[in-house]
Amino acid sequence: MLKILKYSFFDLMRSRWSYVYFAFYLLLGIVLLFLNNDLSKAVITLMNVIIVLVPLIGTIFGVMYYYNSKEFTELLLAQPLKRSSIFLGQYLGVALSLSISLILGLGIPFVFYGLFESSAIWDFSLLLITGTFLTLIFTALAFNIALSNENKIKGFGYAILLWLFLAIIYDGLFLMTLIMFEEYPLDKLSLVGTMLNPIDLSRTLILLKLDISALLGYTGAVFKQFFGTNFGLVISFVMLTIWVILPVLRIVFKSKKKDF
Amino acid sequence: MVSIEGLYKKFGKNHVLSGLDLNINNGGIFAVLGPNGSGKTTLIKSILGMVIPDKGVIHVLGENIKKNPEYRHKIDYLPQIANFPSNLKVKELIKMIKDLRQYTNEEDRLIELFKLTPFLDKKLGNLSGGTKQKVNIVLTFMFNSPLIILDEPTTGLDPISLIRLKDLIQTEKAKGKTILITSHIMSFVEEVSDEIVFLLEGKIYFKGSISELKTKTNQPDFEHAIASILTDNHA
Amino acid sequence: MKTRFTLFLVILMTSTTYASPLEVCKRCPVSTLEEAISQSKDFDTIVVKKGTYKEHAILVNKPLTIIGENYPVIDGELKGEIITITADNVTVDGLFIINVGTSYTEDFAAIRVKKSKHFLIQNLVLEKLFFGIYIEKSSYGKIFHNKVIGDAVEEYNSGNGIQLWYSNHIEIEHNYVEHVRDGIYLEFSDDCIIKNNVSALNIRYGLHFMFSNDDTYQDNTFENNGAGVAVMFSKKIKMYNNIFKENWGTASYGMLLKEINDAEIIGNTFEDNTIAINIEGSNRIIYKHNNFMNNGWAIKVKGACYTNTFVENNFLYNSFDIAYNSKINDNKFDRNYWSSYTGYDLDKDGVGDVPYRPVKLFSYIVNRTPETIILLRSMFIDIIDFSEKVSPVFTPDNLLDANPLTKQIKW
Repeated sequence: MLKILKYSFFDLMRSRWSYVYFAFYLLLGIVLLFLNNDLSKAVITLMNVIIVLVPLIGTIFGVMYYYNSKEFTELLLAQPLKRSSIFLGQYLGVALSLSISLILGLGIPFVFYGLFESSAIWDFSLLLITGTFLTLIFTALAFNIALSNENKIKGFGYAILLWLFLAIIYDGLFLMTLIMFEEYPLDKLSLVGTMLNPIDLSRTLILLKLDISALLGYTGAVFKQFFGTNFGLVISFVMLTIWVILPVLRIVFKSKKKDF
Repeated sequence: MVSIEGLYKKFGKNHVLSGLDLNINNGGIFAVLGPNGSGKTTLIKSILGMVIPDKGVIHVLGENIKKNPEYRHKIDYLPQIANFPSNLKVKELIKMIKDLRQYTNEEDRLIELFKLTPFLDKKLGNLSGGTKQKVNIVLTFMFNSPLIILDEPTTGLDPISLIRLKDLIQTEKAKGKTILITSHIMSFVEEVSDEIVFLLEGKIYFKGSISELKTKTNQPDFEHAIASILTDNHA
Repeated sequence: MKTRFTLFLVILMTSTTYASPLEVCKRCPVSTLEEAISQSKDFDTIVVKKGTYKEHAILVNKPLTIIGENYPVIDGELKGEIITITADNVTVDGLFIINVGTSYTEDFAAIRVKKSKHFLIQNLVLEKLFFGIYIEKSSYGKIFHNKVIGDAVEEYNSGNGIQLWYSNHIEIEHNYVEHVRDGIYLEFSDDCIIKNNVSALNIRYGLHFMFSNDDTYQDNTFENNGAGVAVMFSKKIKMYNNIFKENWGTASYGMLLKEINDAEIIGNTFEDNTIAINIEGSNRIIYKHNNFMNNGWAIKVKGACYTNTFVENNFLYNSFDIAYNSKINDNKFDRNYWSSYTGYDLDKDGVGDVPYRPVKLFSYIVNRTPETIILLRSMFIDIIDFSEKVSPVFTPDNLLDANPLTKQIKW
């Protein structure tokens, strides 16, 4: 698997797409710093952007890579290699190269701007960790979609739909549910609802950092325990990890059953 | 070498293989023939484990392939369409496959044989179909496995390369290897194969030597023999 | 330090010139403070030497200067009030007073000033107390550089650090108060100045005004209290250059304003509070040059608030800048800097060309269903906020800053 990871990774590293993403993040970082003139404000803006953008890029790029590297996959399938390692290797290759584009693309301008002397360094690290998690999750979901759909157009369609659902529609439904049942105690429901969507989960992590003052205004005991202690941080990371593991397991399972 | 019992496979509603039994002995060149969609590639991919059959048991070198995926190391496979990652160089591709499978130094001889030296530093995306196929052949023959499966090996090859391919196949046969070929080029099949397996509607319609086929169909040459099977069955 | 030294010199001089200092120590002829007071004449100085004196209900009924040397301990043994001052011109300096008795019927204090003028209470350390310094119907006094450390846990059985009741013209400066109910409490007390104090970790309020007018508090720090400062039913309070920090919790505010008129809130910093300022029924208040940073809500307006002006403040990274619970707005927002302003400034005059609407639709939703706070910063919420911004339905139409600044204000 590691060998395939290596080759997928190098394959991606020489494809122009990685550079496009790297350049995109680099530009985003520079523009934000330039516009805001303030590191911590740029970090906050970035957080808002990251939790929506990274999943989109992860899904699109994951699906695209899967369909575009069909030849590579076929070549590998012709070799005596385990299927799960072929797909896991490719998946990790994509996810890692995307993560590196993200980390370097955003990291470089911020470091040059004086990140290490700034108090925003923890927020920024959290941002990068969350971004990496989201990349891992959404690339895995993308691979799942691509593995289940031979039709490229359909695959892309589902990928966009998935992103749209998790990034926007889910929260709309979530909000409606909460308002509909507002007479009932909702703090557990709202936390569970958050756990079930990786984008919301990452958002919570960011809320814990940026909006703790507002969150502590709410009375619910479960809420308080969740946001007032490290409990929330730990649970969120555990859930994010589960969100990585489940789709990856499905990649393994699906790839074993599939005909080529 | 390969034994297949009661193999079934369908894609959607399309029954590609329906109860196929096949036994291939050690040594010799076997051609798998059949009209388009008769299940040649599916059969080969089933043997390679790339297609998971719905029903049936496949043994390769005495091992049930479902239980032990290690058998794949004893097969050299030439895929039908030579699709390679387009931004890799030929040299890198060869190096990569060696890295992924095992060490070999056979490739130098094969590169020389197919005159690929000038292309080594070119990206695969810039190569012609024929050159890609030559690279494909190098990748397949540089390992020394007892079973070789060639899916349409002649695609895009120029006459000289075709001759070299035939020589190569004969050399491998002389080493006592089993070679499984599918091809549409009847003259090529007639020239190289010892035995043919004719697939029709997901089953073995005929298995035997070319002369046996000629006798059976009562045709003077191989091509007509095949044609007569097809017209008889589609009349 | 310097003031303390000169003060000490003055005291030393006065004591040597006009009266012989009366010494109190364990082995001296006078071994208790109470005895010393009864033996002393008006304007005498009593010096209490280092040691522990188990005394309570000490009555200072003549103008005296009581100075502790090296912080002698006056231990009330939880029996009740410790020092009560009923005469004018009393100075108490440098004592360590502990173990004030707790009662549900009487407000025992470590030191109480009753109907007196021109007192000076300084350099005291108060611990294990019920009420700390209690000024009652007194005026023209000074409370300077004291340290009040309580151990309050519940509101109903704890007292306030420094309390003023019907007292005017009092200066409270450089004190440190923690772990009591209200750090500093003013009731019916006018024209007082509260300056350079630190009030932290108190159960209820860092500073609390009730029915008190024309007071000024400035350069204080209020940190981690139930609520930083509560100003209620008072007029013309001036609030300058204070720091309100980390007042976190359900009913936690940096500042709580209730029925306040004609106040000035200028130059303050509100940082990391659940609600920086909570306003109810307050009119004609000027908010200027304040910094609101990283608060849950910078300003939450409840109930009728009219003719308030918010000018040249910085609103930086608050979860919500302004929250309203009504559709009517009679307050003016002008020339503030809003970090979440996304407009442009084509003519480069430092003022954004599009007005800023500081009230988000989402703040109404959160007000109605508090659990929805978990959707903060969701893209969906951004979308509905945006649509509200384009065509306001729920938020007051005229609630906007027509001249949002594009750069943070420095003053």
